[in-house]
Amino acid sequence: MTEEVKNTEKKKLIIEYKNVTKMYGENIGVEDVSVKIREGEFVFLVGPSGAGKSTFIKVLLKMLDVDKGHIYYIDYDVTQLQKNEIPHHRRSMGIVFQDFSLLPRKTVFENVAFAMEIVQMPRRSIRRQVPAMLELVGLQGEGGKYPSELSIGEQQRLAIARAIVNNPRVLIADEPTGNLDPETGWEIMRLLEQINRRGTTILMVTHSADIVNAMGKRVIAIRNGKIVRDEVGGQYNPEEDDDPDGDYSDHALFSLRNFDEERRMAHVSNRGKDE
Amino acid sequence: MNNKLIQSIVQAIRQIGRNKTMVFASLFSITAILLILGLFFILLVNVNNMSQGIKSTFDQVQVNLLDTTTRDEASELMQQFEAMDAIENVTYQARETALENWKVKWGDNADLLDRLTVNPLPNAIIVKLHNVEDAEDVVAVARAMKGVERVAYSQDTVDKLISVTNGIQVVALVLIAFLLVVSVIVVSNTIKLTVLAREREITIMKYIGATNWYIRGPFLMEGITLGLIAAAISGVIVSSLYHYVVQSFGLDFMMVLQMGFVRENFLITNLAIVFISLGISIGAVGSIISMRRFLDTK
Repeated sequence: MTEEVKNTEKKKLIIEYKNVTKMYGENIGVEDVSVKIREGEFVFLVGPSGAGKSTFIKVLLKMLDVDKGHIYYIDYDVTQLQKNEIPHHRRSMGIVFQDFSLLPRKTVFENVAFAMEIVQMPRRSIRRQVPAMLELVGLQGEGGKYPSELSIGEQQRLAIARAIVNNPRVLIADEPTGNLDPETGWEIMRLLEQINRRGTTILMVTHSADIVNAMGKRVIAIRNGKIVRDEVGGQYNPEEDDDPDGDYSDHALFSLRNFDEERRMAHVSNRGKDE
Repeated sequence: MNNKLIQSIVQAIRQIGRNKTMVFASLFSITAILLILGLFFILLVNVNNMSQGIKSTFDQVQVNLLDTTTRDEASELMQQFEAMDAIENVTYQARETALENWKVKWGDNADLLDRLTVNPLPNAIIVKLHNVEDAEDVVAVARAMKGVERVAYSQDTVDKLISVTNGIQVVALVLIAFLLVVSVIVVSNTIKLTVLAREREITIMKYIGATNWYIRGPFLMEGITLGLIAAAISGVIVSSLYHYVVQSFGLDFMMVLQMGFVRENFLITNLAIVFISLGISIGAVGSIISMRRFLDTK
């Protein structure tokens, strides 16, 4: 057992799926999934399109009801939440989407402030915390712009700022690099790693083998709704992990293959220095 | 006012500014509906007033006595009437008093009555009723009494007038209810278009953890603001129109029906209250209905 695995096991359990099944009629979303995620972990959720990754996230966010099983989050059962409790549950997590999901009619500042407004933070705290958050993600001085005036990478950084402004214990990132060029993708990964180092648990859905393999974090591979592999410091080999019948889509092969190799090495070596 | 409310109002105003064409269309529709509604309201209030007037004018029965009936016998009859629940009060009207009253009514032509050598009018008991609907029972009792010559009561006229005013009231109420439903549909469709354009935004808000009421707030304010603006415009128009009608035809109306329009101040104050309440309700209900489908999902 590696040192990292031992350290992880000492940490407090924050998410636990217990025999979770979600069907869409005849089709499987996730089937009999059981998994434990501890506080401070960085977990990659990998698998081909339609494997069940989105379902895995959606049942955690209570966007979908499970058919069987339970999902425990911190100290309550997500599957038992009442409708009026769902907003409070979601506020305790940060969510980053592949399409950024920014509010187009709100400025950069207002987008981040919005997440604080809905938890009824006082105006004073909002005025103080939002600029600090924008600075953390490298968007200082951009508060007055609208999302459409930002580059793609900046938009994703803004989405991350909004997701972490309330200091969530868990950050869920659904293919946050999916729409980004490789270079920007790595910028986002650096940011997520920085957030993870501050203690935030990160659950990231990705198709990018290059990112997964370079980061050396815990990898949960899903195929046909079932967990087929779960290992810390694992690798992701799409051809091997994903459906051998060729279900693996072109989109899934999004990777950083054209990525400037030098830059990737620089990132990895920087990471090494940080650690 | 708390921050959330101010924020909702600001957002509602911004939203209205962004959808000028739709806002103008719905504002026009709601104002038109409220205008018609206001006119029916005025009609209803005046008809109701008229109906009360008719009831108070005709809520008495005149019991004419035989010439042979003495004053003491008349007092006994009066006591019998006073014992009845339906009766408010009973007065004795001597034939001389009746003639004097007649002269007052004839006004400038009263001198014609001076030529009478004999007073043709009978002594009478005037029975005032609590409720005009009880008149028939009282008339039947009076007719059976000893010493009574005849019972005078304009039953047919009263019945006709009451059924006409009741009919007008029912029609006006049905139309008001219909117009209210139409205006709620107009507002909800306008807001639905705004909501459709912002469906994605609403979904994002839900994912971030905004409650349904937080999301609904600005739309609700938008509906209420639209309703209030329409109420103000139509309120001013209907009030001015009523002022004009009262000034122009009030006297004629008084001459013909012997009763006036409902007082302007009273009616306009009530109209303002009704319109403000309606504006808020139409806007609020319209926006809640329009958002139901979008907020029902997880």
